[in-house]
Amino acid sequence: MLLIHCPYCDSNRPETEFRNAGAAHILRPSDPATTSDAEWAEFLYLRENPKGTIAERWRHVHGCGRFFNAIRDTVSDDFAVTYRAGEPRPGTTP
Amino acid sequence: MSMLRTPSGGRIDRTRALRFTFDGRLMQGHQGDTLASALIANGVHLMGRSFKYHRPRGPISAGAEEPNALVTVTRSGRSTPNLRATQIELYEGLAALSQNRWPALDFDIGAINGLISPFLGAGFYYKTFMGPKALGSNWAWTKIYEPVIRAAAGLGRAPEGPDLDRYANRFAHCDVLVIGGGDAGLTAALEASADGKASVILCDEQAEFGGWLLNSDGAWLGETLATLASRPNVRMLRRTQAFGYFAQNFVALQERLTDHLADLPEGTPRERLWQVRAGEVILATGAIERPLAFPDNDRPGIMLAGAAETYATRYGVRPGTRAAIFTACDSAYGAALALKAAGVEIAAIVDIRLKPDPALAAQALEAGIAVHSGTVITGTTGGKRVSHITIGKLQPDASVRGADQLACDFVAMSGGWVPSVHLFSQSRGKLRWDETLNAYVPNITAPGQKQRSVGACAGAFSAEMRGAFNGATPVPGDPAKVKAFVDFQNDVTARDIRLATREGMHSVEHVKRFTTTGMATDQGKTSNMNALGIVSEALGKSLPEVGLTTFRQPYTPVTFGLFAGQARGDLFDPVRKTPIHNWAVAQGAAFEDVGQWKRAHYFPQKGEDIHAATNRECRLVRGTVGIFDASTLGKIELVGPDAAEFLERVYVNNWKNLGVGRCRYGILLNEAGFVIDDGVIARLAPDRFHITTTTGGAARVFAMFEDYLQTEWPDLKVWQTSITEQYAVIAVQGPKARAVLAPLVEGINLASEAFPHMAIREGRICGVETRLFRVSFSGELGFEVNVPASQGRAVWEAIHAEAIKQGGGAYGTEAMHVLRAEKGFIIVGQETDGTMTPDDVGLGWAIGKAKTDFIGKRGLMRPDLMAAGRKQLVGLQTLDPKVVPEEGAQITAEANPAPGTAALGHVTSSYWSETCGRSIALAVIANGRARVGEVLHIPMPGGAIAVTVVAPVFYDPKGERLNG
Amino acid sequence: MAKTLMAEPPKSKPRLPNDAIAWITAAPPLARFIFRGSPEAEAAAGSAYGLAFPKALNRAASIGERGKPGARVALRIGPDELLLIVPIAEGKAVQTALETATAAHPHSLVDISDRHTGFALEGPHAADLINAGCPLDLDERAFPVGMVTRTLLHKAEIVLWRMGPTLFRVEVWRSFAPYVEALLEEAAHDFL
Ligand SMILES: [Zn+2]
Repeated sequence: MLLIHCPYCDSNRPETEFRNAGAAHILRPSDPATTSDAEWAEFLYLRENPKGTIAERWRHVHGCGRFFNAIRDTVSDDFAVTYRAGEPRPGTTP
Repeated sequence: MSMLRTPSGGRIDRTRALRFTFDGRLMQGHQGDTLASALIANGVHLMGRSFKYHRPRGPISAGAEEPNALVTVTRSGRSTPNLRATQIELYEGLAALSQNRWPALDFDIGAINGLISPFLGAGFYYKTFMGPKALGSNWAWTKIYEPVIRAAAGLGRAPEGPDLDRYANRFAHCDVLVIGGGDAGLTAALEASADGKASVILCDEQAEFGGWLLNSDGAWLGETLATLASRPNVRMLRRTQAFGYFAQNFVALQERLTDHLADLPEGTPRERLWQVRAGEVILATGAIERPLAFPDNDRPGIMLAGAAETYATRYGVRPGTRAAIFTACDSAYGAALALKAAGVEIAAIVDIRLKPDPALAAQALEAGIAVHSGTVITGTTGGKRVSHITIGKLQPDASVRGADQLACDFVAMSGGWVPSVHLFSQSRGKLRWDETLNAYVPNITAPGQKQRSVGACAGAFSAEMRGAFNGATPVPGDPAKVKAFVDFQNDVTARDIRLATREGMHSVEHVKRFTTTGMATDQGKTSNMNALGIVSEALGKSLPEVGLTTFRQPYTPVTFGLFAGQARGDLFDPVRKTPIHNWAVAQGAAFEDVGQWKRAHYFPQKGEDIHAATNRECRLVRGTVGIFDASTLGKIELVGPDAAEFLERVYVNNWKNLGVGRCRYGILLNEAGFVIDDGVIARLAPDRFHITTTTGGAARVFAMFEDYLQTEWPDLKVWQTSITEQYAVIAVQGPKARAVLAPLVEGINLASEAFPHMAIREGRICGVETRLFRVSFSGELGFEVNVPASQGRAVWEAIHAEAIKQGGGAYGTEAMHVLRAEKGFIIVGQETDGTMTPDDVGLGWAIGKAKTDFIGKRGLMRPDLMAAGRKQLVGLQTLDPKVVPEEGAQITAEANPAPGTAALGHVTSSYWSETCGRSIALAVIANGRARVGEVLHIPMPGGAIAVTVVAPVFYDPKGERLNG
Repeated sequence: MAKTLMAEPPKSKPRLPNDAIAWITAAPPLARFIFRGSPEAEAAAGSAYGLAFPKALNRAASIGERGKPGARVALRIGPDELLLIVPIAEGKAVQTALETATAAHPHSLVDISDRHTGFALEGPHAADLINAGCPLDLDERAFPVGMVTRTLLHKAEIVLWRMGPTLFRVEVWRSFAPYVEALLEEAAHDFL
């Protein structure tokens, strides 16, 4: 069982308390009506599936209840870092 | 006492004799024996038959690595197969059975497999079963191989009844976990716990701590154990196998609690699973001796030298009276001396090395033991027990000459020692080939696994462990003509492995799968190095170039009970019951599972089946009044000044114009535009809403709302709280609904003008605070009474009493489904499947057309979702009104469509409607609304069912009955 | 209330008589609320409540004895989510007081008195019993007195509050309570 660091509880908690919530940093367009079909399809369905580092959302559902972001290695399952929702991906400039 | 017992010494209690049986034969051993040591003391080495050839086999080890001596232990209704006799602690009355033999261990008909063994060589799974082509591809398999192999091959029998035992689970955390309680592990535990602060768990798979130290009488062991036991920060777990090492220093331990006891204590778990998270793991798992692969090296009586020494010194039993020692390692000289001291005659030490250590050789000679250097065993004889060996001298050209025969009744062999790196490898640590040790040793620790290996498992061998040999020992003549076993449990010989490489298996992973070497329940603990040695020689590659197969969890086989733990029977999954559940039980209701919930399905009266009960319950609702437990519905209280704004953004409907005290049927989509939930939403105050969701969607909808509130619109001032379990919900439906509630309700005017359809009022019922909805999922005048859950049963009973007075009664989920289908009300997840839009299911009217955005609005604008020809909700009437089609059945234009014809749609709901006096069905059909009046077909195995497409409302199309 | 290993009926269940393990005491009927709102709303509510809400996530504040007049509990189980527990008789008054005090600040106060049942688990093996189904580290260094959190006990979500070294309080949604209590009862066999 993996331990995942919840950036709100600020502690390592067992993975069973968490739910994955898909890719991180996918912004809902502020005015969906103006998006093209292709853009909307991209927003809905098109996701990176890298071998290696991925940014994804998790929710501490059986804990504090918060959604947060994580950088995880899809090969080793190592969580490099977790950070609060709304914060930029570490290593990128906002 | 047995002739084979030493007069004194060892860890057994000679004052405590224990009786046990093996295949029904009564024998005697001592407290402190294993089954293996006790059998050996009774002169029994033949403990099993091999997997494939049914060759007679005895134990080669004295521990967890044992490949041969697998037995079944039975006791008081229990039967546990495939236990290693070398690990089973003897107790009074133990009953063990040999396995994989028929009719008896001594006379086994399956040994004929040995005679046809040329057909069962490497890759036989893949090749032999092909058979002669002329007889068809399957002939050989079905006619010969399968019946023979199924009857003859295999391990013990799986028990048939439920597991009678209890299994415990414990999550534990410690600063240091020490695995292995031998010299190195005990030393590490002493150091780690010395400060009195660090919490330390020390585990060892044996009945006693000490490992190799148990073979001698040192004072250090006793003192050390006493010191550790006196430290409150140390937890010592005996009989505890660390079997899995996972990421982030998470280690699974199997603690055996009762298997060694003669009397099973009532209620006590048999085993305990420890799931340990350790700050640091110290591996002190020692080393395993490797066998030598020489011709006919598998006869009972041929065992590892260290094991022979252990039997003699720890268990006080001589494995025989006259031993031959065959070795590539110095430690066998010590074993020879220990056996000699225990009263065993030593026929000779046969050392494959040209120049054994002169001091050791001198020591042996001094003790009267002949040493043959540069010599190998070239064969053995003996039926159920080895009786002779032949030896030959290695020649400078690597050939072997000579055939001297030596008599012996057991052989102690040593190919040297292999660090036990299994757990290190499981932790994803990287190994390194050590040329000196001729073995792999731990090298690089995986990230996040704070750990170290100490002692022999780290390759820190003592001086006497010097010397090792990998591969098959040289033989005179053709090596393909001899059976030199490498993997004893899976019956893989050196010849099989060479054959595999000749047939093109050049990767060790391929060789493993082709020959099955290392794939038995022992995972090749004693065979891997020899297999690698043979592959290396056959391919002309160095051993590290050949590579190594992966070690996997579990280290030794683990019971299923341990994994199941407490999650069995009623505790497998939470069973959720409503506050009214026990009333329904008392009424004899039949229940159905809806997720984790138990829901009353119907309430059969005397002699009624589901159909009769459901028909009667539907008549109650349509004729007088029915009451229904709707407590499982998801419920959310949404509060804050932006509550209406939030609803506006997530549901398709308009919410800002919903008056206080009014309800609206809400439809929830995902961003793609598909219906995912629905429910009635009531406005209790300008800033407070009571939302209902489907039973199954409650948690999902709550999570979705939380997601949007936390991450998309954190600026909105609105918060949600789950109130699903705060309220019991009692639906009261039917023309007499108002009459039922009237005597019970205070502070609410039930009159239609004061309390219209789709309204909510707060007041009291039976003196209890209630949120009373006027809603209907049946098409009749209806109310839903929400009361605090603790009052649900009492209020239900009061309402039920009133309903009885009105000629009504309770109804269950089956009647609820029929009633709503008669009205064409959808069930999300039944009429929808995640690809239906509101318009597809006839709910386009609910969408707030003027809204600029809501979840799913943009999705609905996608071309495919607006295209013509989408599947639409319709009603179906069978031409024969008595026929009720199956839900899920496909619908076609033709009664007998050509194969490959795509269906137009499928039946989503189908019932006998007592109200309509005929069957009714809902379906989704391409372009369905334009097809009303058409006759379509439902092809079924017994012939197609003709149906007419109709509007999806079968009863009261104008909705007049809602007014009561 | 009688100390039995497991709380509440059905009485037909076999009892495990060993008080040396841990015993369960069912909570009396209690009024419970979930309070969610801005820090300003929390501050205002805290004064009206007579007990400042704990600032740190996963921490508890309490005064008085459970069920006794004046007892107040505030458990911060989410960054903006507080579980408030008061004697049942004071529920309405507390609700009114909090709504009045926070009228100027957006917030949500929802009555969930019947959503949960609660019990205390006390005894030398209380932490071990919970660890039979809960993977959290319950060493006092990792889970000190005064800590509270939502977590899992096997497959059921619970709110776990450590009130003392060997005293825990558990709040659980009412339909999961029989499952949770049966699991603890089953786990107690490991300590016979
Ligand atoms: Zn958290």
